Amino acid sequence: MPAKTEVILTEKKINRALTRIAHEILEQNPDAKSRVVIGIITRGAYLARRIAAIIEELEGVEIPVGLMDIGLYRDDVHSKLDQPVVERTEILFDVVNRNVILIDDVLFTGRTVRAALDQIVDFGRPRTIQLAVLIDRGHRELPIKADYVGVNIPTAKEDQVILHVTERDEIDQVLIQKGKGAKPGAGRGKKGGNG
Amino acid sequence: MSRLHSRHLLGLENVPEADISLILKTTNSFREVIDRTIKKVPTLRGITVLNLFYEPSTRTRISFELAEKRLSADTVNFTTSTSSVKKGESLRDTVQNIEAMKIDMVVVRHSSPGAPYYLTRCMDANIINAGDGAHEHPTQALLDMYTIWKKYGRLDGLRIVLVGDVKHSRVIRSNIWGLKTMGASVALCGPSTLLPYEVEKFGCDVYTDIDEALDGADVVNVMRIQLERQQSGLFPSQREYTNLFGINKQRLKLLNKNFTIMHPGPMNRGVEITSEVADSGNSVILEQVTNGQAVRMAVLYLLSGRKEEEG
Repeated sequence: MPAKTEVILTEKKINRALTRIAHEILEQNPDAKSRVVIGIITRGAYLARRIAAIIEELEGVEIPVGLMDIGLYRDDVHSKLDQPVVERTEILFDVVNRNVILIDDVLFTGRTVRAALDQIVDFGRPRTIQLAVLIDRGHRELPIKADYVGVNIPTAKEDQVILHVTERDEIDQVLIQKGKGAKPGAGRGKKGGNG
Repeated sequence: MSRLHSRHLLGLENVPEADISLILKTTNSFREVIDRTIKKVPTLRGITVLNLFYEPSTRTRISFELAEKRLSADTVNFTTSTSSVKKGESLRDTVQNIEAMKIDMVVVRHSSPGAPYYLTRCMDANIINAGDGAHEHPTQALLDMYTIWKKYGRLDGLRIVLVGDVKHSRVIRSNIWGLKTMGASVALCGPSTLLPYEVEKFGCDVYTDIDEALDGADVVNVMRIQLERQQSGLFPSQREYTNLFGINKQRLKLLNKNFTIMHPGPMNRGVEITSEVADSGNSVILEQVTNGQAVRMAVLYLLSGRKEEEG
């Protein structure tokens, strides 16, 4: 059975959600010196850059952006046939005593975020770590909750939620692939449902 | 998602370009890990690696061991001098006994060419060749290639000269295969007594005159001249070798601008390379050592957990 694909968020809605998240981050973190954002590679990295750009536009101050690949901290490295390609983690600032805002595209099982938390702690001891996601689709397998959510989208566990960004995919949109035909990892760049 | 074509790394001969590219790209990611304050990631937790060294080694063994530790693998070190090899146990029996203690990966150095390949036939672990006789030393060549790639952003089209004992050097052999696959132009240079029979079959330019070899080259990778082989009469004297093949400041003028000097170590300063050259701004000799760890982390990561049925 071929999977049914549906657009659930358009460019306009994505931008609106990101702008709101940026405002909320500023509200919760008024101290410009201590706040930094870290995007989870791949799609979270694009969102982190965009949120940082919005924050800079609103406040006129730069916010450091880090990029993080969580591949080395996954809990299923040896249970998969193929190793995920490890991208370069680039956190060129000190996280100690900073308010770190972790950014990802889709919050699903919570395992990606668990890996990211472990990795950040290896870089130092931030004052806080907060989580911002564009989409919360439910089905958590770990006790993890986002501080900033763009959109809540009810899904079935076997669905695939895929973010496309213009930088990579020539269009800004969020798709949902319904049903069992949706193969885990079918979304380009989305790593096998680690979510 | 991507994976290597083999579950072992035995040599670079016949390793496709896609695999070498994947290793270099992954190395670049691991290079960042070893610059962190906490130089450790939990990736290989639960994986046990055996370092099986039948030949002496400092650099390679420490480099592998650190790479394993930085990936959180458990490591066991084996050296022949303190083992039952002294009691006459065969290689096969030794490894099968150790494997019975649940070893996942083996890093092997052995004086016999093909020993790593032999191990793939008598055990299930992933095998990594850390040097087998005069055959291959793939991780050394990979770290040389990564160091060059990091500096120039490419390997194809670069002119790379490998100087030294072409006949006995496993480092040269692995470099030839890897560099040629990646599109570099490779030149070999050494005394004619240290060139193997049918050296032309490598498909490289071969020189016995160092000045001709260096002319217009981008990278010079200087091999250690094995002083222990001097007795066998393959070259008349150390001083003659230094005069004819030693890399000194004068000879650097023949190279292209932005040239690079490499040496896999251990160096005989004043023999195959002068201190002035080894310590110059164009020398990346210590960078090679640092990159070696990252390359070995990448190889361990990419091979780990790969089972027989997947090929």
